[in-house]
Amino acid sequence: MTERLNVVGANVPRHDALAKVTGRARYVADLPCDGAWVGGALWSRTPRARVRNIVFSPDFDWSRVTVITARDLPGPNEVHMIKDDYPILAGDEISYIGQAIALVAAPDKQTIEEALGAMRPDLEELPPVLSVEASLAKEAVIWGEDNVQAHYRIEHGDLEEAFSRSDVIIEETYRTHHQEHLYLETNGMFAHPRPDGGVIVEGSLQCPYYVARALAHALGLPLEKVTMRQTETGGAFGGKEDYPSVLAIQTALLSMKSGKPVRMVLERREDIDVTTKRHPSVIRHRTGVTRDGVILAAEIDIIFDGGAFSTMSPVVLSRGVLHAWSAYRLPNARIVGRALATNTAPNGAFRGFGAPQTVFAMERQMDRIARELGLSPLEVRRKNLLKTGDTLPCGQVLRSAYAGLVLERALDISGYEEKHGKQQEDDRILRGVGVSVFLHGGGFTGAGEEKISGRAAVEVADDGIVEVLVSSTEMGQGAATVLPQIAAEVLSLPAWKVRHPNPDTSRVPDSGPTVASRTTMMVGKILQDAAKDMRATLTGEAAKNAGVLPESILWENGRLASGGRDLGSFEELALQYKEEHGKPLRGEGVYNPPSDCQWNEAEYRGDAYKDYAWACDVVEVEIDADTLELRVPHVTSVVEIGKAVHPMLAEGQVIGGTLQALGWGAMEEVRMEKGRYRNNSVSTYIIPTAVDAPEFTVEIAETPSPFGPWGAKGLGELPMDGGAPALAAAVEDALGVFATELPLTSDRLHALLRQRRK
Amino acid sequence: MKGSFLVNGRTNEWTFEPDATLLDVLRANGHPEVHRGCDEGVCGSCSVLLEGKLVNSCQVFAASAMEKDILTVAGIGTIHEPHPIQTAFVESGAVQCGFCTPAAILATLALLRKNPNPTDEEIHSALDGNYCRCTGYVKIIEAVRLASRRMSSHD
Repeated sequence: MTERLNVVGANVPRHDALAKVTGRARYVADLPCDGAWVGGALWSRTPRARVRNIVFSPDFDWSRVTVITARDLPGPNEVHMIKDDYPILAGDEISYIGQAIALVAAPDKQTIEEALGAMRPDLEELPPVLSVEASLAKEAVIWGEDNVQAHYRIEHGDLEEAFSRSDVIIEETYRTHHQEHLYLETNGMFAHPRPDGGVIVEGSLQCPYYVARALAHALGLPLEKVTMRQTETGGAFGGKEDYPSVLAIQTALLSMKSGKPVRMVLERREDIDVTTKRHPSVIRHRTGVTRDGVILAAEIDIIFDGGAFSTMSPVVLSRGVLHAWSAYRLPNARIVGRALATNTAPNGAFRGFGAPQTVFAMERQMDRIARELGLSPLEVRRKNLLKTGDTLPCGQVLRSAYAGLVLERALDISGYEEKHGKQQEDDRILRGVGVSVFLHGGGFTGAGEEKISGRAAVEVADDGIVEVLVSSTEMGQGAATVLPQIAAEVLSLPAWKVRHPNPDTSRVPDSGPTVASRTTMMVGKILQDAAKDMRATLTGEAAKNAGVLPESILWENGRLASGGRDLGSFEELALQYKEEHGKPLRGEGVYNPPSDCQWNEAEYRGDAYKDYAWACDVVEVEIDADTLELRVPHVTSVVEIGKAVHPMLAEGQVIGGTLQALGWGAMEEVRMEKGRYRNNSVSTYIIPTAVDAPEFTVEIAETPSPFGPWGAKGLGELPMDGGAPALAAAVEDALGVFATELPLTSDRLHALLRQRRK
Repeated sequence: MKGSFLVNGRTNEWTFEPDATLLDVLRANGHPEVHRGCDEGVCGSCSVLLEGKLVNSCQVFAASAMEKDILTVAGIGTIHEPHPIQTAFVESGAVQCGFCTPAAILATLALLRKNPNPTDEEIHSALDGNYCRCTGYVKIIEAVRLASRRMSSHD
């Protein structure tokens, strides 16, 4: 039976939009600050050194400021993340440029500058490890026993036997580079000491409970004495998953020591210098194929540059390893992934979370296979696409697969086949078209959802509006609209009668972090249960008061009725409930693990993700034959996401995510020099602007998944995975050169052409 | 120093440092809707209209903006009475994190005042100085088209 939906699937007005267009939305830098101090940090300018001492000049009056060094910490010098290896402040050793050595709070910025100028770290410089190659060779051991922050291995089938049966073996190494999030609002935190010795921290972030727990750990406080409140967040993309814990602790320390409210908002240069980036990667593929392009054997070796500390690297690498096959069947495979430490700023979460790197390599390898065998990129893809019932190298049997569906549909819409291979030698504008097919697992990897066991609640506020109580944040992606839609649908209310306040850990249950494309799919499902719980409670209450059977109660258009008799509006009955019971009407939900998903972490095998979203990108390029300047006039993206709760927002995610992917593929480049980012400003780190924006044709396919509310699957990260390889394939079509490295700047295209001429 | 600033139709007397930027002064005096994104005149988050012209307020000395007409996004509409451009941004899905939104709206206003029926190319180049990291610009451009249609049909 098809359920008729009123709110889910409708493009209701975005709940936070009016405040944002009228300038009423308040970000952390905008909060009123009577009497607040500002915070600052002394950042390391050397990638590796022993700290002998920090010298404080006697010419500065240190009573004007509050200073904190690693010696002044009330608890362990650890930012609690996955491993506790990230120090709050450099202690005896400096491990990267941009590491905080000391913190200062003062009434104003100028005093901070003066104080920072009066401090000098006395250092003994050590030889830094600045590349994964140097790290692997253990030129120096800078992390653990062997510089390896994480290591995974997947074995599937009989690899050697499959290689021996192969007609051709194709080897290639692919490299990807750092990517800066460049959310327009930099990281910022505002801490207030609580009279009971605790602390309240407000700020820009994705994961309120990650930060609250990190605060409690570092400050030696019980969790109840720490309140974390999210402020309006001006973009995050993963970049506010890990670093906010560091900054919140630093700001809280200054606040507690000075006894003042203290705010630390990073300047753009600081933000680029010190916060995490997308992991650079080196990925080697060795693939055994038949002459007609069927993959028999695949060996994939993945190396991620983790930077100085592990942050999220173990889980980023894990997702990268578990997406290494992209949308293709590898009947026999060995996949090895390692994250290596270097003396560079720690790399961390960024939309896609390891998958964009490994998908890029796999998609390029498909094009490489096509090239070597003289087949078309489509032919090779069609022969190897994953299908329902196929077994992934990690042992997961796919309950459903829509790789073929998205590919064929995208080919139809884009006219790929008419456009591919049609470039003219004498054209001044060289045109090309490329395709990628990919998937993205929704929710945490493996048993992550089981481990975190998210909780959600709904509660009716005194104005009769239902509040969604979750720790999932609005950061631009639309959670403050989509989550209310889900609760509203269950409660037969219009979407505007449900709101999602910015999470405050003293009020909301822990629904988990806002990451892993899990908010709509996983938290949405828990929220759906919470709303059902509320609905059952009010149904029971209304039935009891009216002397009728609960089964006779009908909910429609915000009213309850029984046997043709109107029992009142939802608000009336909910407020009446509060009066009678002395507590607001509330519903609760907790994650309900599906019984048919199994993951064995020790063996690293099983159902890696509950379900996958699928997509195909067709990217068209125009390259100026003289300047090699590249333009993307048009992109077609077909995504299969189960169910779009809000189609317009979903489309916005696809377009925005794809342009980030194309930015990474075409122009965004962090230039490193001896461990320092040389282009740490918006004028030198180039991202796409309106002039670069291609036209988009987006189509959303919906085949409901059993794991999300009304079939919805994760979407946020999917569009980040396929843009870069489709772009590289389009460049190949236009210029005839095969790029193994990003970004595809005109310099790189020039080098590739020169290489071909040789 | 002291100076008189005409912001959103209201005159204010403000004290400020001689080297303060217009952005600093606006943010310090109750206009947090003007956002600081890069402080180097590139991202456009701090855009305001100065005598009707779109400027990056982080690149304008406050002293040079005294007595001049300054418009921020808070001056063109409210939650209860939004400007047609603001409504068009809401309806087109042009708003995500919202950090660039006030500036993009002012860039649109500056464009449509000069050129009520811009071509797509003119829209793209008018918004070139207003970075957005969320939307991929497509829906912002749709919002400009929608606002243009609505505003010219009102004239």
